[in-house]
Amino acid sequence: MSDTRQRIGPVRYWPWWMSGAFALLIVLACTLLPAMAMFREAGAINWQQVFGNTYLQRVIWFSFKQATLSTLLALTLALPVALALSHKPRFLGRSLIVNVFSLSLVIPTIVAIYGIVAVFGRTGWLNSALSVLSIPSVSLYGLTGILVAHVFFNMPLAARILLVNLEGIPSENWRLAKQLGLGPTSVFRFIEWPAIRGQLPSLALLIFTLCFTSFAIVMTLGGGPKATTIEVAIYQALRFDFDITLAVALGSVQLVICLVLMILSTLNKQNEALAFNAYSPLATHSQSLHDQHLMSSIWSGLTWRITHNSIIALAAIFVLSPLLALVISSLNSTFISVLTHPTTVGALTNTVIVALASAMLSLVLALGLLSSARHLRIRLNYETAGQWLQLSGNIILVLPPLVLGTGLFLLLRPYADVFSIALILVVIINSLMALPFILRILDGPFIQSANQHDKLLQSLGIQGFSRWRIIDWPQLRKPIGLSVAVATTLSAGDLSAIALFGSERVRTLPLLLYQRMGSYRLEEAAVTAGLLLALCLILFVVIQKVIGGRAQHAHT
Amino acid sequence: MLTLNNVEIQLGERHWNYAIELDTHGVYALLGRSGSGKSTLLNIIAGFLKTNAGDIQWRGDSILTLAPAQRPITTLFQNNNLFSHLSVSKNIGLGINPKLQLSRQQQLDILNVLENVGLSGYENKLPGSLSGGEQQRVALARCLLRRQAILLLDEPFSALDATTRQEMTALLRTLIDEFKPCVIMVTHDEDDANAMNATQLRMESDHIVFA
Repeated sequence: MSDTRQRIGPVRYWPWWMSGAFALLIVLACTLLPAMAMFREAGAINWQQVFGNTYLQRVIWFSFKQATLSTLLALTLALPVALALSHKPRFLGRSLIVNVFSLSLVIPTIVAIYGIVAVFGRTGWLNSALSVLSIPSVSLYGLTGILVAHVFFNMPLAARILLVNLEGIPSENWRLAKQLGLGPTSVFRFIEWPAIRGQLPSLALLIFTLCFTSFAIVMTLGGGPKATTIEVAIYQALRFDFDITLAVALGSVQLVICLVLMILSTLNKQNEALAFNAYSPLATHSQSLHDQHLMSSIWSGLTWRITHNSIIALAAIFVLSPLLALVISSLNSTFISVLTHPTTVGALTNTVIVALASAMLSLVLALGLLSSARHLRIRLNYETAGQWLQLSGNIILVLPPLVLGTGLFLLLRPYADVFSIALILVVIINSLMALPFILRILDGPFIQSANQHDKLLQSLGIQGFSRWRIIDWPQLRKPIGLSVAVATTLSAGDLSAIALFGSERVRTLPLLLYQRMGSYRLEEAAVTAGLLLALCLILFVVIQKVIGGRAQHAHT
Repeated sequence: MLTLNNVEIQLGERHWNYAIELDTHGVYALLGRSGSGKSTLLNIIAGFLKTNAGDIQWRGDSILTLAPAQRPITTLFQNNNLFSHLSVSKNIGLGINPKLQLSRQQQLDILNVLENVGLSGYENKLPGSLSGGEQQRVALARCLLRRQAILLLDEPFSALDATTRQEMTALLRTLIDEFKPCVIMVTHDEDDANAMNATQLRMESDHIVFA
């Protein structure tokens, strides 16, 4: 061959570490500086006095108690639901139930709380039904309410993840079970339990972490010294008592516990991308109709049919009724006037701006970290260093958003009117909160596609922006679309950062909803909740369509 | 002449030393069991692995410090030769211009080279709709169009069935006779080496010998 091909000129590209260093710098500046500011403001903390304080002891104890109970309840209930759904692979409404189950990260907490109150609250559906039967009413506030809400969010998530594992059981196993004449008990012991056992510790850890750091649920349904978690106590110390020292002390306790939880989940390799199993599609059934029949016939008989149907029906009612109650009550006489009210419109605008800005900032940070991490992990073969670079994006999991917010407040107070730049601060905090989610969604596809083609990319000299345009974007736009959609809805429904910085002047929809619920303007609250739910669902679908494109390219 | 001048590499516990001189238009087959360091040699020549010592020269000039894309080398990998989201012609076009900015003439070159490998009319298809043998032929078409002096074949047939393998070998042999590159083929199958009419090299413990 003659060597007449045009040479690739000595084009200067950005060094590979630039994007990662840039993102890392921003993440660290936005977390460590506020944390330092907060510790400096708190001055010397008398730890003996802090831990001797009975209020604090009770708060810490309650945080553990409710998180442990929530985790146990959610998992125990999720197991039969997942099994029933797996045993019945085909029935009308199955995909609806499964899809609603995977929405628990999309539905804003405060919206779900409204629905839960409408069903289980003092004047809700449940108590109305009970009063007809002259059974004394059930109170939702306190530990009960917190548990109901935590189960509402985490049972479907857990069931959905377990279902992915159950459906991953190869159809040969079912044929073999049938041939060996295994009954339901043996099938559970030898086939189903081994398929989900490995997933349970990491799932428990995930749910425990979510419940331990839960804010909006405890703030609305808990409250009072008897049902307060550390996270809510921090908020109360800051917003009502202006006691920075107490807040820092609480924040430090929370930080240490979160750090332990994060180390546990990092050590637990199963935890990788766990929460996003919830999004992995089930629609493409690998099992043929014939295999499904074969499998379902293991649980034949009326007793099993009744058991399965009632488990699925109860789970569906539990999850769907709050959403239904919300939709029904939001279509009330104030519907038009609330939607057109300047306060609502203003909050809606703020929400959309904050959500989109946070998601974009978060995506930029994630892509910055991932691009450099990819180079480290795949081209330079420094797997551990690359993993650590990515993990730096998870720093918010250790630092509670409220601590971060307070730190930012203290840091910026000398230079600006903090409440007038409230939205900017909310964007920063929300983007950091979404970063771990984006990183987890993108990690797999990013590394996998690069792994497959790295030598080819090198030998053809595809790099820099061309690589992004020709290779990365078409291959990754689908997961990028999903990650941005998740980040946007998370920010749109978040109550923690805005609760700290919001005011009469600056509100988002979740804060407006919280305020309307708090002042018992329930009809207005219902419309607001419906609007926020609709907004999140629309954002979730539209963003995935716009960024992800329509056609899924086949991977070979 | 492609010269490997006592090239040394340490990968974990393993250590290799490569010293060999290959003819500019020679066709070589490198045999050895998996893990014996065959592919390591290709990765070193192509520039995917950094060496600890020694030099690699092509016609007297060192190519050791050049990036993979700047070396006079083109590689046919065992798999993952094609991007599944790009059409056949774009996959080939990336071999001439990594930014995919192709002139009218280059577009015609792509159609011609597709004819060379017997895939006329395939230019707009996606790799997923092609058989394994057809995919390898597209990758081969790109190698041809790159007009590089050294052609590295990394177990190019091992994922193909026997019939397709024979067809590919015959095609490859014809194209090599026509373009006369320096060919190094890594394989664990002696029949492949014979069918290609190749001079056999063998990995012995940590170094390379003429068989």
